[in-house]
Amino acid sequence: MTEKTQAHHHILPLSVYFTIAGILFVLTAVTVIVAGFDFGAFNLFVAMTVAVIKGSLVALYFMHLKYDNKLYGTALVLSLIFLAIFIGFTMLDTMYRGEIESIEGPSINKEAVIYNQDN
Amino acid sequence: MEHVEHPSYLQHHFSDAEQQAETAKLGMWIFLLTEVLLFGGLFAFYAIYRAWHPEMFVETSSLLDVNLGALNTFVLITSSLTMALSIRSMQLNNKKQTVWMLVVTLLLAATFLVVKYFEYSHKIELGQLPGHFYTYEGLTSVNPHIFFSIYFTMTGLHGIHVVLGMIVIGWVLVRTIKDDFSSEYYTPIEMTGLYWHLVDLIWIFLFPLLYLIG
Repeated sequence: MTEKTQAHHHILPLSVYFTIAGILFVLTAVTVIVAGFDFGAFNLFVAMTVAVIKGSLVALYFMHLKYDNKLYGTALVLSLIFLAIFIGFTMLDTMYRGEIESIEGPSINKEAVIYNQDN
Repeated sequence: MEHVEHPSYLQHHFSDAEQQAETAKLGMWIFLLTEVLLFGGLFAFYAIYRAWHPEMFVETSSLLDVNLGALNTFVLITSSLTMALSIRSMQLNNKKQTVWMLVVTLLLAATFLVVKYFEYSHKIELGQLPGHFYTYEGLTSVNPHIFFSIYFTMTGLHGIHVVLGMIVIGWVLVRTIKDDFSSEYYTPIEMTGLYWHLVDLIWIFLFPLLYLIG
């Protein structure tokens, strides 16, 4: 009987790993350089887009999601969707709460109680 | 009961090595999802306070050293590469190369922590610290200590993951040297790799969010 082993797994050529690492290095340089210029809100958009591309490359190639059972990738994407719902709805709450009834958020400064607890 | 001869690494409750490997991988991915959600809480923490205090984030973020952050990004990406290569070497039964790649990964992880140590000690010296430990005087915006609470919580939890990763990589390194693995069976190295890439992935998001604001 022939035992099924891991040996049949997809072995990627070295060039794939080095290409992906090279792209990751270039994208890191790009994100640092772009951050040096002030594009306002566009900066955050660029920084996050680059981070998502880098993250996807790591997940697809280094973590082999591209070649593995699609179940793992699906599970990862699902967790990210839940995370987006979690952060998105929390942001909707905290950013627009004040439009229903006004909320004053006092600054915490050095005269605040938290700094004087030891006294 | 009679059973067919099977390799020592194959547990009895699995029908074959492939099923065992796939099961381990599914379990590992479920663990990684809990990690995503663990850090997700902190990313929500970050998003809320940045939305509340955008100017303060711009000013405090400028106190972080972008060069050191970028250096650490390169270090972690390189360590992810060597980790992936260590698995590839084992798939090709090249034990010596696997050992070397794991050693390099460990050294890069240590480099990351050394850089982090210099960053932390610099901030501790200046009093750029969370909550009521904050004593730095050089900023005009209100509530700068909130940024440092976020900075130290997120990079601290990430740093703990790097330390744990080093322990696990050290463990698979010892097992590799002891000939526990071959191209037939290398699941522990593969799982360690998945964990290590996640640590890299989280840093890929932490770096721009903390160091590259404004």
